[in-house]
Amino acid sequence: MSAIILLLGASLSVAALFLGAFIWSVRHHQFDDGFSPPRRILFDDHQPVSSDTPLNGPQARVRRTDINDTLNQN
Amino acid sequence: MVPCSHMATTTDKKTTCDHCGDPCTIHPIKWGEKVFCCEGCRTVYQLLDRSGLCDYYRLNEKPGLSHAHSSRHEKFAFLDDVKMAAPFILFQDAQETHARWYLPQMHCSSCLYLLENLHRLDPGVIASRVDFAAKEVTVLFDHSRIRIRQVAELLTAAGYEPYVSLRDLGGTKPVGTRDNIYRLGVAGFCFANIMLLSFPEYFGLGTSEEALRGVFRGLNLALSLPVFFYSAQPFYRNAWSGLRTRFLNIDAPIVLAILVTFARSMYEVLSGTGPGYFDSMTGIVFFMLAGRMLQDRTHRRLSFERDYRSYFPIAVSVLTEGKETPRSLPEIQCGDTLLIHHGELIPADGILTRGQALIDYSFVTGESLPIPKEMGELVYAGGKQTGAAIEVLVVKEVAQSYLTQLWNRQENKKEEYSFIHVLSRQFTYIVLAVAVCAAVYWWAYEPARIVNAVTAVLIVACPCALLLSSTFTNGNILRILGNNGLYLRNARVIEAISTTTHIVFDKTGTLTLPGDHVLTYKGRPLEPAEQRAIAILAAQSTHPLSKALAHHLEMAEPCRVLGFKEIPGKGAEGWVDGTHVMIGSRRFVTGSRAITTDTRVYVRVNGEYPGYFCCSSHYREGIARWMHVLRGRYSLSLLSGDNDRERSRLEGWMGKGSRILFNQSPENKEMYIRHLQRLGERVMMVGDGLNDAGALRQSDIGIAVADSGNSFTPASHAILDATQIRHLPVFMRYCRMAGRIIIASFILSIVYNIIGLSFAVRGDLSPLVAAILMPASSLSILLLTYGSATWAARRLGLKLSTADEKDHVGD
Repeated sequence: MSAIILLLGASLSVAALFLGAFIWSVRHHQFDDGFSPPRRILFDDHQPVSSDTPLNGPQARVRRTDINDTLNQN
Repeated sequence: MVPCSHMATTTDKKTTCDHCGDPCTIHPIKWGEKVFCCEGCRTVYQLLDRSGLCDYYRLNEKPGLSHAHSSRHEKFAFLDDVKMAAPFILFQDAQETHARWYLPQMHCSSCLYLLENLHRLDPGVIASRVDFAAKEVTVLFDHSRIRIRQVAELLTAAGYEPYVSLRDLGGTKPVGTRDNIYRLGVAGFCFANIMLLSFPEYFGLGTSEEALRGVFRGLNLALSLPVFFYSAQPFYRNAWSGLRTRFLNIDAPIVLAILVTFARSMYEVLSGTGPGYFDSMTGIVFFMLAGRMLQDRTHRRLSFERDYRSYFPIAVSVLTEGKETPRSLPEIQCGDTLLIHHGELIPADGILTRGQALIDYSFVTGESLPIPKEMGELVYAGGKQTGAAIEVLVVKEVAQSYLTQLWNRQENKKEEYSFIHVLSRQFTYIVLAVAVCAAVYWWAYEPARIVNAVTAVLIVACPCALLLSSTFTNGNILRILGNNGLYLRNARVIEAISTTTHIVFDKTGTLTLPGDHVLTYKGRPLEPAEQRAIAILAAQSTHPLSKALAHHLEMAEPCRVLGFKEIPGKGAEGWVDGTHVMIGSRRFVTGSRAITTDTRVYVRVNGEYPGYFCCSSHYREGIARWMHVLRGRYSLSLLSGDNDRERSRLEGWMGKGSRILFNQSPENKEMYIRHLQRLGERVMMVGDGLNDAGALRQSDIGIAVADSGNSFTPASHAILDATQIRHLPVFMRYCRMAGRIIIASFILSIVYNIIGLSFAVRGDLSPLVAAILMPASSLSILLLTYGSATWAARRLGLKLSTADEKDHVGD
């Protein structure tokens, strides 16, 4: 019998985990725009060599991830 | 730098622009191997080429936007003013600014690519992010390196001019709330778990396992709390607001059922007499929330609530002591002198003080040709200047202008309740009556069972199935119609469409293609040299008819015109290769004073008069056929702000029985609709411009026709993609079928209710019966409505879904 109670607890917490994941994903705008994200990942990040834009290289990429968070909060 | 290389430019015989794909008409612009229709397109190409963003052209074929109508250089000067820039700024600190703009031109993955690579066009931009569904871009920039105005100009230079309107000054935009999604998630979680935890009891958990049973019941009770207190909130709120206005709305019986079920289940569990009906209760809430969500899913890109502010600019140039300064629209006062440039909207009624006005009122009054105005004449707000810049002395403030007042007028139309509401009210009364009867019966025979029987009646007779059938049917129909280019504001519109008896059409822009004229030549045949001379002269003139003429004759190389003279409202003349050419009105060219009913362009070559070009509107495809279908079922009317030159043609399509009225002002249209309604007709108005705004609002169902996702439609009940107008009879038939589907599912749900009630009145509704009946009835009704709506759509040839990439076409 105690096994059943143990299992109950386990199954409920797994389900609660999924509920949490669902709420998290809604809160992070995952269902808002179905068009851009699947295309965004296909764009090449390469930049022409001659370009002298300051947001190049790994530094820029770190910056971009911050930016995505900032933009999501807006 | 890698040079851009992409697809060939010539398709069969016409050359199309490498940037926007528009046909290059008279003289294409060449730059390297590329061909462009205008300077604007070439500039964008050069900009992207320089910054290595030519993937823009690889992702989609000719994704650019036509730049034939480039905007004025100073247009975004107003953003230098901190106050006027504020509505666009989301966040600002010492270093960076985040600004958001609406870019209605956005339509494909190339747009996405370019707009998210703005930082490569200008080093001052840190990053940008697109919200494709809302067609908005958020730009992060370092304001020490680039000003907000320059960002707007950068977007414009890249071909995406931000759309700014007076409405942006109005402050808050409605923010979509996610609360209902969370509520649905929580309800789903609790419902599924409660159902699982109820199984052991239903399948005979022995009395020996008393403790285990207690655990299951306790867990069920705990899980039902979030549903009762959180997920079901919208129902309580709606029911309460209904009761406050003394109306028993559709949510009242649901709330009653939820409360009774919850109270009885609590009692049973706490007293240890039974397992309660927690699974039924959470199920009701879950299914109802899901149905509502499907039905209320709105089209985010579309706005059904536009007023004049969406069309008006945010700022105009005011002349003070000879200097041009941008000023926000609400600050314009009587006596200010405004400078209106080509293509700009006149924001307030005023007197023309300088320049020659050629004002396009097509959007306001429905007249298809621009009207010339002389100095000293009154010009009304809402018109678009199409010639050179003019100066206007404001005589009325923006909010007091003739047309803004017309659009602002509030109407107090009483809210009509859908037949579902009426039915649910009857239903509630019947349920209460059954409960009272059961109570009386048991009071006479076995008073101990009163509470049991009454609560069981209220639990089982929840109008859940009844409501589910309508919400799910409506939701599905809204979705299918949306996929086919008809976007309805809400579910009530479906019913309104199905009961329509009279359809009123607008002409310009609704039945005709906007800004497109067909020219036919009448007279002796023109020689090629003459044709060429006429085309060259016409190409010099800015009048839309001249432009149409030049386009019609399709002449290539430009040529100098000597002694070119254009008299607004009359015509133009000049010398081309020693040939004297004159084009224009009959009076100007031939001297005759006779008045013609249709629009004609007369021609004179070397003093001789060979004939004239007859101009007619270009009607949308297949109009004769679908008009004929509608004619068979509905009474039709046509109200046009234009003159009656096309009467006979329209009569041929609409039949003799239809009323066709011309020269109708916006008030006339509204009054005509009211007149029909007084005669007991249920009127559907199909229109496009602001001149129809009053009529669209007055009618029982107003459908605004939109030519593309970018165009702005006045407040209406539904928005119809203009290319789909030929399917109007099918849409209407589908809405009528929807009514029948709902009635069929109602009957089914009533059968379920009778079965359930027959258990309930006897006072022996076991939780198991409730647990089977509730989901079984809901699910079978869901299947019935979904299946029949889909089947009906397929039979009528409607698209069931849109392909992902094509999504923007229908918008």
